[in-house]
Amino acid sequence: MKLSDTKINDRGIEIFIGRFLRWGVLSSCAVAIAGGILYLVNHGMEVMPDYTVFHGEDAGYTSLPGIIKGLETGSAKEVIQAGVIILLATPILRIFLSLISFILEKDRLYVFITAIVLCIILGSMFGGLKI
Amino acid sequence: MLILSFTLILLLGAYLAGLTGALTGLGGGVVIIPLLTLVFHIDMRYAIGAALVSSIATSSGSASAYVREGITNIRVGMFLEIATTIGAVTGAMIAVYTPVNLVAIIFGLTLIFSAAMTLRKKNEHAETEGSPLAAKLKLNGSYPTPSGVVHYNLRNVGGGFSIMTLAGILSGLLGIGSGALKVLAMDTAMRIPFRVSTTTSNFMVGVTAAASAVVYLQRGYIDPAIAMPVIIGVLAGAFTGTKLLMRLNPKKLRLIFSIAITLVALQMIYNGLQHKF
Repeated sequence: MKLSDTKINDRGIEIFIGRFLRWGVLSSCAVAIAGGILYLVNHGMEVMPDYTVFHGEDAGYTSLPGIIKGLETGSAKEVIQAGVIILLATPILRIFLSLISFILEKDRLYVFITAIVLCIILGSMFGGLKI
Repeated sequence: MLILSFTLILLLGAYLAGLTGALTGLGGGVVIIPLLTLVFHIDMRYAIGAALVSSIATSSGSASAYVREGITNIRVGMFLEIATTIGAVTGAMIAVYTPVNLVAIIFGLTLIFSAAMTLRKKNEHAETEGSPLAAKLKLNGSYPTPSGVVHYNLRNVGGGFSIMTLAGILSGLLGIGSGALKVLAMDTAMRIPFRVSTTTSNFMVGVTAAASAVVYLQRGYIDPAIAMPVIIGVLAGAFTGTKLLMRLNPKKLRLIFSIAITLVALQMIYNGLQHKF
């Protein structure tokens, strides 16, 4: 993605963000397919778990360290969950990209607005909203 | 039921959700939640997790195309995302204290509203006189049409912002993109032309959903075995849908789908009132 030789303007940024979103979604889907195949090969013939009662997922699937740990052991569910993480990260990273682009454009007002949005999301990630 | 057959049925359902979502403008969650709760009797909380995942997938997937065409107004999107993300995080927090049956009833009512919204007349008019606040926030914009570039101005920034906060709360509480409310805020309150408001709404859904999804992921609402067929199916369906959209007129389809959604919504409300969730 050659951002360097495009003039920094709204149009160039739009094209860049568009490409970024597409890559994020496609790589998340690829990881989910890989994990899915692994999961079905290992567990496809087992009886479906009982989802009628909510018990919440294990720590292995709900935190980044847990998912990375599971990836090292090659567990299919963690591979899928890594795909989910890529999917969640795509729009959040998109805001980072917008922030950088507004800084390059020297648009102070929108640097401020984008920073607020980013703070709200990071606050919900790290703010202990697990309850 | 075997895991294999469950996965395949869900994959097909998610594909249809993505397909109808792309053709009618109603997000994937609208189909995913009733499918999981009414057909498979899966707990509402797993369904909300799956719906959030499908909302992010469809939003990022379709926004990538629209942003490149230059129709989406990125500044409007970013400014209003302050409202939707605050709403989404609030909604995800409220969800803990809201009984599941009440969530189902609110979901049903939102579905009926969304179905009605897809059938109403669209605002294609580009406003020439905007409000001073819109100019100050640099929200006015332009978009390409076959007959040249159209410039438009915005009104009622405060009104749009408040409706967006509500849209964010509903999206955080229910796991849906609440695109219908987002379009209402931009199209009806702020007088943004229809094509700009739908694509900008689509662009915003991903960020709104991600804001609450990080909360839900940590709470264990997102089950990998359910999320996997949903991501793959919804994306494949949305991709086919956008291709099909160029060849057929979705007007009749939108009517049929709206009626179907209303019936599903009534079923959700009925079950919610009977405490069946």
